[in-house]
Amino acid sequence: MIPVMLGVTVVISSIVYAAPGNPARLALGDGASPEAVAQLEQEMGLNQPAHIRYFDWMAGVLQGDLGTSIQSGRAVSTLIIERLGPTLELALVAMALTIIIAIPLGVISAVRQYSWVDNTSMFFAIFWLSMPSFWLGLILIYLFAVRWQFFPVSGREGLIFTFTWWSFILLPAIATGTRRAGLLTRLMRSSMLEILNEDYIRTARGKGIGSKAVIYTHGMKNALIPVVTLIGLQVPLIFSGTVIIEVVFSWPGMGRLLVDAVLQRDYPVVQGTILVYSVIVMVANFGVDIAYTYLDPRIDYS
Amino acid sequence: MAHSGDVDTSITSSDSAGSGRWDDQYIILRRLAQSKLALGGTIYVALFVIIGIIAPLITPHDPMAQNYDALNQAPSLAHPFGTDNYGRDVFSRVLYGTRYALLLGIVIIGIQMIVGVGLGLIAGYYEGYVETVIMRIVDISLSIPGIVLALAIAGMLGGGLLPLIVAISLVGWRGFTRIVRGDVKSVIEEDYIEAARSSGVPDRWIILKHILPNVSSSIIVYATLTMPTVILWSAALSFLGMGVHPPTPEWGALIADGRGDLQSAWWISTFPGFAIMATIIAFNAIGDGLRDALDPKQAR
Repeated sequence: MIPVMLGVTVVISSIVYAAPGNPARLALGDGASPEAVAQLEQEMGLNQPAHIRYFDWMAGVLQGDLGTSIQSGRAVSTLIIERLGPTLELALVAMALTIIIAIPLGVISAVRQYSWVDNTSMFFAIFWLSMPSFWLGLILIYLFAVRWQFFPVSGREGLIFTFTWWSFILLPAIATGTRRAGLLTRLMRSSMLEILNEDYIRTARGKGIGSKAVIYTHGMKNALIPVVTLIGLQVPLIFSGTVIIEVVFSWPGMGRLLVDAVLQRDYPVVQGTILVYSVIVMVANFGVDIAYTYLDPRIDYS
Repeated sequence: MAHSGDVDTSITSSDSAGSGRWDDQYIILRRLAQSKLALGGTIYVALFVIIGIIAPLITPHDPMAQNYDALNQAPSLAHPFGTDNYGRDVFSRVLYGTRYALLLGIVIIGIQMIVGVGLGLIAGYYEGYVETVIMRIVDISLSIPGIVLALAIAGMLGGGLLPLIVAISLVGWRGFTRIVRGDVKSVIEEDYIEAARSSGVPDRWIILKHILPNVSSSIIVYATLTMPTVILWSAALSFLGMGVHPPTPEWGALIADGRGDLQSAWWISTFPGFAIMATIIAFNAIGDGLRDALDPKQAR
């Protein structure tokens, strides 16, 4: 994990290093004198060679210092901490909605294969899977916030888990999770179908164990193994998805911070946010590995 | 079998390993044609390609022509998808958008395939430290959320068509590498590879003539299933203003165009979204159909 993390920091630094344009000039504006630009370059360490800049940045990162924003002059770590909460909220609610919808739907579709439930949910799954999330976000805003006014249009207000908070988070969370829900429903269905055809399920049924007990105690837990893998793989995608949704819904999270920083060429903020996104992905992958050993005792990492 | 023309050629062109494969291909195409979804998807994609090519001939209006007498008009017979805030015909713009989706999809997947398949073949064939280095790079790039990295690259390069292509290509090749490497590992165990090696056939020849044709089916399936992602990402980046810039009629940029007028003119953003959706459904259907046809054991 540590070599990979080091590699990630190298990639992040090289994007910023390779980008055209002079951040010092951008920060000072067009009217700045060459001397002032040169001095700011000196302060920002921009005239150093790439590897020195990398080591300087890394020395800071290891001490929790991600540099200072060019635009706002505030510490990048402070900016990110302010925005991390809303992004985690949005990602977790989207994830929860995805799981709550997809897993039961997938199981029912498998148990009643080719019934109308199965056909309808597979039809919707394909639709969900194919919708651009930012477009769905706009449609949701138009229908539920502008036209029928059930929800606020955008932003984030209220304390966490209060009614106001839910009213603000629900639409963006649906927009983020829909595509994932489509994928997960299909996977849960095919995983469950595979398990239902296994010998031990037939044996359990043959011994007269009720079909509900068979499905839920014998089938579900085994069918969940590939689904947990997929949920784990979805975590980075859910976080990626929040980036654009945060822009659509003006959600004050890390994604908007990143997009604004990229548009304004605020290099330290870009580096810092990408780094934090990568750490989230790695932690999520680690979590999946742990979930495996719980679901399937045969898997042993020692 | 005109309906599956493009899929047809992509499979036959990869053939080179002997006469027995022709029968296999016939079976594969038969299976593919039996899947109604895949057939529908193929017909749609064929239409999509044709529309992309002949867009100037069939669009009722010039997609860039502004008409201040017809701003934000609702869908009508003259303008089936309405007009936008400059009076441009949304229907013509959506049809033209097909060109960009097609161009971006083909170019980006082409680059990803060349880089990703090449590295995958090398990693799988040459094992040892070469493999370790390549797979570590894959691990590293998998640890950064794809769209986040693509967005940063495209945005830092200033946006536009070329930065968009560079960004998504740089991020997406890794999937090809993983898949190809895994497949090469299993092919390489075969006796005929051992025979070729011991009779002194050069590595390059073995890789291109004996290994590549045997891993090509998963490459084709993966490429088809990657197409939706590439289309979605290009649209997303253009929507954010980091890809193709307005007034270019790219689908994502078209959706962004209508964002401010959602309340008064819902059609501007809505129709390009449906175009994206239909295209993605079609590619997914073909991809699933191909996968099932190539590997009936996975079919479900």
